[in-house]
Amino acid sequence: MNLNEEVEILKGVPIFAKIEPAKLKLIAFTGERMTFNAGQELFHQGDQGDAMYVILGGVADVLIDNDKGGQIAVAEMKKNNFVGDMAILCDVPRTATIKARESLTTLRISKDMFYRLVAEVPQMAIEVMRELAHRLEDTNKKLREATANKAA
Amino acid sequence: MQRNLFSYIWRHSRPEQIVILILVVFAQVFYFLSLSVPKSIVNNGISGNAFKDAALIPWGAIDFTLPGFLGGFHVHLFDGFTVDQLTYLVAMSFVFLAAVVVNGQFKKSINTQKGRMGERMLRRLRYELYDRILRFPPAHFRKVKQAELATMIKDEVEPLGGFIGDAFVQPMFLGGQALTAIIFIMMQNWLLSIIVIVLLAVQMAIIPRLRRPVLVLGRQRQLSARLLAGRIAETADGVNEIHIHGAANYERADISERLGHIFRIRFELYNKKFVAKFWNNLLSQVTPFAIYLVGGYFAITGQMDVGAVVGVLLAYKDLPSPIKELIDWDQQRQDVQIKYEQVIDQFQPEGMMAPELQVIPDGPPPPLGHELVLSNVTVSEDGRVRLLDNVSLSLPTDARVAVIGGSGSGKDVLGQVLSRLVQPTGGSIKIDGKDYLEMPEYVIGARTAYIGQETYLFPLSVRDNLLFGLKHRPVAPATYDDATKVLREAFWREAERAGNPPLDPAADWIDYELAGATGPGDLLPCMVRALKHVELDEDIYALGLRGAIEAGKRPDLAEKILTVRHELHGRLQDPAYAGLVEPFNVDKYNKNLSVAENLLFGTPVGKDFDGDNLAADPYMQTVLKEGGIDRDLLHMGLSIAETMVELFSGLSPDNPLFEQYSFISADELPNVRLLLQRLGGKGADAVPEADRARLMTLPLRYIEARHRLGLIDAAMEDRLLAARRAFAANLPAPLRGSVEFYDFELYNSAATLQDNILFGRLIYGQAQAESRIGALIADVLAELGLRDSVIEVGLEYNVGVAGKRLPATQRQKLGIARALIKRPQFLVVNEAVAAFDGRTQDRVRDHILASSEGRGVVWIASRPSQAEPFDQIVVMDSGRIAMQGAKADLEARGGLYAELMASA
Repeated sequence: MNLNEEVEILKGVPIFAKIEPAKLKLIAFTGERMTFNAGQELFHQGDQGDAMYVILGGVADVLIDNDKGGQIAVAEMKKNNFVGDMAILCDVPRTATIKARESLTTLRISKDMFYRLVAEVPQMAIEVMRELAHRLEDTNKKLREATANKAA
Repeated sequence: MQRNLFSYIWRHSRPEQIVILILVVFAQVFYFLSLSVPKSIVNNGISGNAFKDAALIPWGAIDFTLPGFLGGFHVHLFDGFTVDQLTYLVAMSFVFLAAVVVNGQFKKSINTQKGRMGERMLRRLRYELYDRILRFPPAHFRKVKQAELATMIKDEVEPLGGFIGDAFVQPMFLGGQALTAIIFIMMQNWLLSIIVIVLLAVQMAIIPRLRRPVLVLGRQRQLSARLLAGRIAETADGVNEIHIHGAANYERADISERLGHIFRIRFELYNKKFVAKFWNNLLSQVTPFAIYLVGGYFAITGQMDVGAVVGVLLAYKDLPSPIKELIDWDQQRQDVQIKYEQVIDQFQPEGMMAPELQVIPDGPPPPLGHELVLSNVTVSEDGRVRLLDNVSLSLPTDARVAVIGGSGSGKDVLGQVLSRLVQPTGGSIKIDGKDYLEMPEYVIGARTAYIGQETYLFPLSVRDNLLFGLKHRPVAPATYDDATKVLREAFWREAERAGNPPLDPAADWIDYELAGATGPGDLLPCMVRALKHVELDEDIYALGLRGAIEAGKRPDLAEKILTVRHELHGRLQDPAYAGLVEPFNVDKYNKNLSVAENLLFGTPVGKDFDGDNLAADPYMQTVLKEGGIDRDLLHMGLSIAETMVELFSGLSPDNPLFEQYSFISADELPNVRLLLQRLGGKGADAVPEADRARLMTLPLRYIEARHRLGLIDAAMEDRLLAARRAFAANLPAPLRGSVEFYDFELYNSAATLQDNILFGRLIYGQAQAESRIGALIADVLAELGLRDSVIEVGLEYNVGVAGKRLPATQRQKLGIARALIKRPQFLVVNEAVAAFDGRTQDRVRDHILASSEGRGVVWIASRPSQAEPFDQIVVMDSGRIAMQGAKADLEARGGLYAELMASA
């Protein structure tokens, strides 16, 4: 996969969708393409976060530790999703484990790089904000349902 | 040390001084001859005075009467010749020449001897000063600045060396010369000589007076220069503080102030110096003035012959310089005496260690003893604050004791007292009844060990630092071939002449027995064990993998590493490791290497092919041109330039992305953009000649797998491979040493161990590739029993100034390992693990205890909970021992112990 193909994929990722192609190319060029085999972890819950990943191909599971020392899968991530943004945005340890379910291709954007890119491409910050707001809304909705269930 | 420089010099160089003095006396004879012969030449040879009565006169008879005190015998050795005036002139001229030559020979010989003696004395003085530094009481180093000590030994005593050679000889020699000249003048005319003597006396009285202020200023200059050196060292030491607090300009102000002060002193010095010089010159010219006037008058009136006046003038011509130099000498004498005093005053602090404490042992160190008894030990700072207050404690040397207490409890001072870093101001420490403070250092150094909170490492290899504590005496002399041996022995004889010890740093100083080894052969396991105790073995192993060895020097290891390479490549065939490594294959383009690396296909040695030099190398350029690759590279360069301009144009020039990722620097980018605009898509052929070289270097750094611009297709790969082969095949002989080609069957001395084992590149973008391959390499090395050999290579890593090339925790670990490898009978650990995280602290403590089974450990605990596994616990408070006993015992008593434990 060469740079131009990667740029095509990035265009499909929501946070990058509205960014001009030249900047996308910069993101692709400066990001590190990283492939994971099935079963390999991108990162582990509780680790310090140093990078976020944009999934360029393949599927990964989002796992959360449960009380019994096991893990439960709470979601799956596939092409065009991005993971690991929380830990680099607010310096908290990884809130979940991401494990490749099948061979997975990602674009790894390190924390430093992410901040530099945001400085150069403010549009990206807005897109990240939008995505986070969506997730917050999603969480709120789940919380409302959960409280409603409990009350019922 | 004597405070009087002269007695110091006389004491240490008496025989040499006497030899030189004798030479000086002999030299005077020929000096006198070189003065008196010209007179004969002028009067008899030229004016023909002696030939007025006869055409021939006798010449060259050796016929004289000894003076009365030698017996008054008449000596007649040779009849001589009879000569005419011309022969006489020729003969006397040659006598003059001979006298001058002999005189010069004497001077040369005297100067050589003086130089050697001066240098010897300087060496002795420097050595003695350094020797004193080693005997300074440790507390003294809180008061002196190291840069000042260095300046004193290095610079300030230097002029002393020059002077020492002249100390006795110069006044004798010059005085003798002056006296000879004066006697000669006296023999010619007493009136002239009186005038000369009076004028000289005036000079000798006035000039030193003029020079006195110069001396005072010189002293100030020396002190201010020393302070400046200290101040500059402070800046270097405190540079982080200066930056953190933004105090750079305050520092500038301080330095500017000091430099201004130094300027004032130096300028005033110049002023005074030239005033003195002016008077000096004037006074010295008054004498010839008098000789011309008075001597001329005598010559005209016929009371003196012209030859005599010329002789006097010649004698006088030589006179001012000895006189001036005598005055100079006197000034220098005062100057160096002051310098000497100023230096040695700094080298005799109170409480210097006796030299006996540092004697060199003649055999293995004796055991320490059984019981250390502290009675009423008090340590106070300047007589006021009592850091330790009447501490009495009995410590068997095999006891395992933890000392706990708050900060300021004096526990750390107790640790320092036990290791003799701090001298008690009161009380006594006895070991089996003998004074512990009087034990020679080598016994303490060999049998006890101390680790403080901070570790100083010398800028040597890890190995040399680790073994530092084993070097108390030369155990076995170094082996030399016969020629070197002769040289070395002459070197040591010279050392002894200058009062330096004839010790050989190249000898084997390592006390293997102390480390539990029998010799150099089985020392490595001991070192590895010590590193393991402090969990440093992994780090040193990693350094070893990154280290290089010379295959010629370690053929055995190089051979083994090749075995590892074969084994590793066998295992890489396992599908589990597929796609992690791209091996070097001479017939295949490696996508994970840059274009340059692919072309060179080897490790550069030296600078010829290193980095960007490869593109500039004329041979490489020919290879590229002949293969027609230069056009391809130009195309690629153009395409990279276009991409870079596209990617980086919008970025601010100071964005770090430039430095990390761009092929073109921020400064150059606008030029490249202009170039591309001018080309307007006309392609590579339109590129002006001047810009080609620059564009062609761009692709050399291009790595297909990493940069992913899709520039290298299969056809291009083939062409680059052809260039690779052509480059290797026709490499000119002078360049053969500049590259070590990759060859699966050969060890590459220019590459690291790891690169030699891997013989390939990790493929970009494979998750955990590095750690998985690292683990695989470690497995193979362990299976082949080579892990220790890799550690051995890592031990050669130079730790840098003060060990700063190692991270702080590794420095501290190395410091602990250095103590453990001695297997000390009595170990003091003074909050030495505080820098580690909690779990490491406990693990290292347990390793230390396990490794020193049956030997004593005093553990000054930074956290009270560390005291857990110790037999005895001492609780300290305000410099006193508050409680002491076994753990259970103290638990039962509660009190301060319970408080400390509760707070932990």
